[in-house]
Amino acid sequence: MEVIVLLKQVPSTESFVGISENGLSIKTDDVKWVINPYDEFAVEEALRVKEAHGGSGSVTILSVGSEKAVEAIRTALAMGADKGILISDSAAYNCDGLQTAKILAAAIKSLPFDLIIAGQRAVDGDNYMVGSAVAEFLNIPAVTMVMKETIADRKITCSRTVEGGMVVVEAPLPALITTQRGLNEPRYASLPGIMKAKKKPLEIKSLKDIGLDAAGTGAPKTKIISLKYPPERKGGRMIAGETAADKAKALVKALHEEAKIV
Amino acid sequence: MSCGVLAIAEQVNGVFRKVTYEALSEGRVIADGLGCSLSVAVLGSGIKSNSESLGKYGAERILVADDAVLEEYMTDTYTNVIAGIVAKEKPCVIILGASSRGRDLAARLSARLDAPLAMDCIAVRLDAGNVVVTRPMYGGKILAEIMLEGEPRIIAIRPNSMKIAESQKTGTVEDIALDKGSTDLKFIEKKLDTGKVELTEADVVVSGGRGMGGPDYSVIEKLAGIFGGAVGASRSAVDEGWRPHADQVGQTGKVVSPNLYIACGISGAIQHLAGMSSSKVIVAINKDPEAPIFAKADYGIVGDLFEIVPLITEEIKKVKGL
Repeated sequence: MEVIVLLKQVPSTESFVGISENGLSIKTDDVKWVINPYDEFAVEEALRVKEAHGGSGSVTILSVGSEKAVEAIRTALAMGADKGILISDSAAYNCDGLQTAKILAAAIKSLPFDLIIAGQRAVDGDNYMVGSAVAEFLNIPAVTMVMKETIADRKITCSRTVEGGMVVVEAPLPALITTQRGLNEPRYASLPGIMKAKKKPLEIKSLKDIGLDAAGTGAPKTKIISLKYPPERKGGRMIAGETAADKAKALVKALHEEAKIV
Repeated sequence: MSCGVLAIAEQVNGVFRKVTYEALSEGRVIADGLGCSLSVAVLGSGIKSNSESLGKYGAERILVADDAVLEEYMTDTYTNVIAGIVAKEKPCVIILGASSRGRDLAARLSARLDAPLAMDCIAVRLDAGNVVVTRPMYGGKILAEIMLEGEPRIIAIRPNSMKIAESQKTGTVEDIALDKGSTDLKFIEKKLDTGKVELTEADVVVSGGRGMGGPDYSVIEKLAGIFGGAVGASRSAVDEGWRPHADQVGQTGKVVSPNLYIACGISGAIQHLAGMSSSKVIVAINKDPEAPIFAKADYGIVGDLFEIVPLITEEIKKVKGL
């Protein structure tokens, strides 16, 4: 089973995210960079798929980003993935989701694959887009927000989460799935895993290397024109009272009379 | 400029999601701003008779694709049909709800049409004919204004972010010729709890965190219940296995913006705050007076939630005359 994982390096979710001087990008100096949490589920699932199929085939980590993203790929290799490919090109730094998907699809065209696993979204841009768009460019089916999957007879059966429950669908391989929290519990990289990862193949490629030029990715169709912080919430009023009952009563009075919400 | 706004409706078993009305109402505002018409595409099986009602949210034309094949949402058939409608109608803006289905469809459609897409928009404005949207990034820690370039511009709106506006108008229902194309996906089954209020669409959300101390959420459920609201949970409660993943509020779960958010036994980690800070009114109940959640709450109560929450429930019942 040949599995490709689409992986992005993002600021950790416990990071404070600051806006840089130009107001168009975020400050990256103090950011702790990690594998996008939804992509960690993707790495774990890829390893499990490979293991479930007798360990044959390989798990390839594919990423687009700056050279710093090598760290995230190495972490995935330490978890057990076999090889990594990073598309790093100054022409690709400010790509939008559609352009990123075009780059990933172009890179995948020269790779063998049965299954592609991507995070449902990256927790930086929160676009929920790249996985589905890659599948469209490769003309393969995609099932998003997958909580559970099983593969048999070249078909993948997926439970995908929807509002209020679950829908089960089946797709022929090759296919792409995106991950939902609950799919698995990602393993930690072990010390021997970390040592081994240093020797695993990790290629850094330019757009030209994957047969793309600027025209191939097109111009960005979504352009950030400003970034701002959401309106600051000020701490309001602490509800005082002698007893719990007094406090409950005072709160409901405030919700009813001031906030007019009850 | 060719124009026209196309909204895409979402229905489950013939019932439209609330976000469909929000998308239509916002679509009407955009169409008025651009001086063009609003149509809505309704896909499904046996849904024609219900579709007429969408006219009162501002759609002049209601384009119905009623076919047994469209009974269940499948990414490929739905994308094929919508792409067919787009080829014929040539809208300059497509607007739909950013539900799990809406996001799936919007992403595939964006790639199919090579069209700009903004996901989870909370505001839309027109600027000299350009469409500018506001959307959260980094789980709501940042708001970005995004200009969409190229047509059709696809705007997926976050549930509970746009106002619903009804009018006296009626729309004309048209059957549309279908191009379903081929499908790779096969529907197997669905397990839906239709009685459950969807977290992202609820007017009131009551969430429990580590302070719940276990999987018994009955005090939370009762309080949510009197509002017809939804129950949420913090990540630690979900990680403990007390609540399903679908209930998680926060940067790696769902982002909610109800009218009232009541956080019970939740300390207020930055990831959780990102997921609920856009709520209109926030109430926090926590034993620890130093809990960071109090800095974001409009009303805070220090105390034992198991004692206080049932008392709040009783007080609200009195006020509501229940």
